Amino acid sequence: MLLDVHALSAWYGAAQILFDVDLGVRRGEVVALMGRNGAGKSTTLKAIMGMVDRRKGTLAFMGHDISRAEPHRVAQLGLGFVPEDRRIFTDLTVAENLAVGRQPSRRWPDGSDAPTWTPEHLYRLFPNLGGMPDRPGGRMSGGEQQMLTVARTLMGNPFLVLLDEPSEGVAPVIVEQMAQMILELKGQGVSILLSEQNMHFAELVSDRAYVLEKGQIRYTGTMADLAANDEVRRAYLSL
Amino acid sequence: MDAVASFVAQLLNGLAGASSLFLVAAGLSLIFGVTRIVNFAHGSFYMVGIYAAYSAVAWIGEGPGYWAGLVLAAVAVGVLGALIEILLLRRIYHAPELFQLLATFALVLVIKDAALWLWGPEELLGPRAPGLRGSVPILGRQFPSYDLFLIVVGPLVLGLLWLLLTRTRFGTLVRAATQDREMVGALGVNQAWLFTAVFALGAMLAGLGGALQLPREPANLELDLATIGAAFVVVVVGGMGSIPGAYVAALLIAELKAICIWLGVVEIAGVSISFSKLTLVVEFLVMAVVLVVRPWGLMGRPQAPSRNAGAAEAPLRAPDRLAKAAIAAVVLALFALPALSSQSPYVVILTIDILVAVLFAASLHFIMGPGGMHSFGHAAYFGLGAYGAAILLRATGAPMEIALIAAPLIAAVGALVFGWFCVRLSGVYLAMLTLAFAQIAWAIVYQWDAFTGGSNGLTGVWPSAWFSDKRAYYALTLALVLAGVFVLRRILYAPFGYAMRAVRDSTLRADAIGIDVKRVQWVAFVIGGLVAGLAGALFAFSKGSISPETLHVAKSVDGLVMVLLGGVQTLAGPVVGATLFTWLHDSVARSTEYWRAMLGGIILILVLLFPQGVAGFVRQVVYGRREAKGGS
Repeated sequence: MLLDVHALSAWYGAAQILFDVDLGVRRGEVVALMGRNGAGKSTTLKAIMGMVDRRKGTLAFMGHDISRAEPHRVAQLGLGFVPEDRRIFTDLTVAENLAVGRQPSRRWPDGSDAPTWTPEHLYRLFPNLGGMPDRPGGRMSGGEQQMLTVARTLMGNPFLVLLDEPSEGVAPVIVEQMAQMILELKGQGVSILLSEQNMHFAELVSDRAYVLEKGQIRYTGTMADLAANDEVRRAYLSL
Repeated sequence: MDAVASFVAQLLNGLAGASSLFLVAAGLSLIFGVTRIVNFAHGSFYMVGIYAAYSAVAWIGEGPGYWAGLVLAAVAVGVLGALIEILLLRRIYHAPELFQLLATFALVLVIKDAALWLWGPEELLGPRAPGLRGSVPILGRQFPSYDLFLIVVGPLVLGLLWLLLTRTRFGTLVRAATQDREMVGALGVNQAWLFTAVFALGAMLAGLGGALQLPREPANLELDLATIGAAFVVVVVGGMGSIPGAYVAALLIAELKAICIWLGVVEIAGVSISFSKLTLVVEFLVMAVVLVVRPWGLMGRPQAPSRNAGAAEAPLRAPDRLAKAAIAAVVLALFALPALSSQSPYVVILTIDILVAVLFAASLHFIMGPGGMHSFGHAAYFGLGAYGAAILLRATGAPMEIALIAAPLIAAVGALVFGWFCVRLSGVYLAMLTLAFAQIAWAIVYQWDAFTGGSNGLTGVWPSAWFSDKRAYYALTLALVLAGVFVLRRILYAPFGYAMRAVRDSTLRADAIGIDVKRVQWVAFVIGGLVAGLAGALFAFSKGSISPETLHVAKSVDGLVMVLLGGVQTLAGPVVGATLFTWLHDSVARSTEYWRAMLGGIILILVLLFPQGVAGFVRQVVYGRREAKGGS
């Protein structure tokens, strides 16, 4: 297991959002965390990073206990986070946004090289960004910002990326590019845990799925099984 | 010709003065940008910079080592800043903004007394810089060559800072953290060290600004508050977080001051106006104008909503039976006090001071806590009340009773005018504008000798015959203070109070449900001013004399400290805070020469131990446990 989450609970202020969530991601996998709005998907990802007011549970990432680690420590271990609301540094240029995310290259525990990214590399992966390295983040379209926030996290050469709703609020053509990008990352050996509401998108890219409702895991299985399971989809995912 | 020469000389003088001001302001701006801490102790870093440079130069000896001494002093202040960040501020980044402010204010007190202990109370003027002792003739006048050097330093440091911020990884991280520090952390950057580095850099700039003044200005213990006031103004005028803006603002203010000095006394339409007297307020006038016309500063940008907003405020609780019983017991004890303390009349005098402080703090709390408007200049209304009462009594011979009714109204009129401008802003900008108005009011009182008695103040402000006995006056004060506090509480539980809190919690939503946001804030501001005016009038009659101190910035800060000490989000907070503060102030000041350091130390301990304020802490202990039992 790359990431192993056991009995994760999380709170915002006095409100408990997550209740004993168990989930895991293996090396090379793309795992979808499905659920409706407010089910706790984003909170799960933030809680893994340590970005909630309070959390409880056992979290291990590549053998390191991160149950109490601060976000920067988690990121330094090679766990990348792409927030749903993008959080681009609007005053900084594209190149500077990427520079903020930069971390040293990594090796897998077996000594082989982990995926490593440079700006040139990322500009090839996202040609739109390559055309505007000096543009301030604040003067980009939503889709371009979505690409930049992914690219910025990749600059940290993560083993695993937590990707929060990559298909939300962007044009269909960008959604398609996002799916392409995820498959490409997978091909390069990056594992991904993505939160998603869009069944079609998740089906396109994921190996396995968890379904979250009211802060609890309701279903665990392969993506194909979930796609075939009308009952679960109707109960927890349909609108 | 000579007029032109003196004009140019004054302009150059202004340029030289702008450099140090810019260095301090740039550091303040950087620190605020990244850590969101409004560092009140920044002026203290400047002051320590001069003192440290004095000692360093004395230690190294003059000659080329002089310059090494200045640099050494700046570095030492940088190290001091780093230590403060690591030992103190790091523990309170998650505390409410105002608590951080309180902590840095406590630092001002501690550093001031540390400087007193290390360097003594005498002014210390450093030796002149080797190689720059002479002067250069400019238009037939001798201009000090050191000042020419200073003129160059400002733009030089501006350029270096610009390179640092735009051309280095550190600078990129600083700019990113200024916008969204949590995201910077999630990308693997250890914010703790970034904050330390920025704080140290900012402190070092302030220290350098001070050290460079060594040959121009004697080191003294009053420099801290004077400098922080000026630096705040520069940062706000230039635009929060804009370094070039800080330079432009420093230049603008220094030059306007220079021009005022050059103009001197001028006859305009038969009235002689002393422009040189204006130097005391010119920066605050500039700030007031800028904040009204362009609230985000000359080169700043409208503030993005902060990502690090504190937790939502808990609703106010209505007092339960236990709290009501406690209040009743305290009130009874207060009425019985004169009889109980007949052996020690000082108790009554001290309690009057405490009661006046309670009313002042309650009025400030009213606009700060439930109103959400952080006023740094509340003493203006206290002072207006005090002066209003005194002038009415002396000029018209009106009895105390009339003065006590009229004075709060005078303060309310002041709040009506100032408040109209202030409620158009929010956050730090609102705080700065209140400070600016308070400083303007202070400067007028301080300089209008004929009307306000100038720096000497007014004497002979005594109560009417039947209240001349201290115990009678005590009873009057107690009754009025209780009434004032009760009315404020009553308003908070009335629909108007709900509207106030709705506006504080979400301006947009309050607006959308039909609350006239500005009007609610304005009315709240005026009520706060009115009650503060009553406190001021009571103060005047209790002392018999008043001075411009009553509306000095230090008085405003006292009020802030009281409110924060007690806790902003509890109604008992200002009462507890004012009592504790006045009592501490009184007892500590009598027991040691270093009372400021003691007071600062106590405040720091309280901040670290009780981040919700003393009253908030007590409430948590009493009710938190009960809820834990009753709840899940």
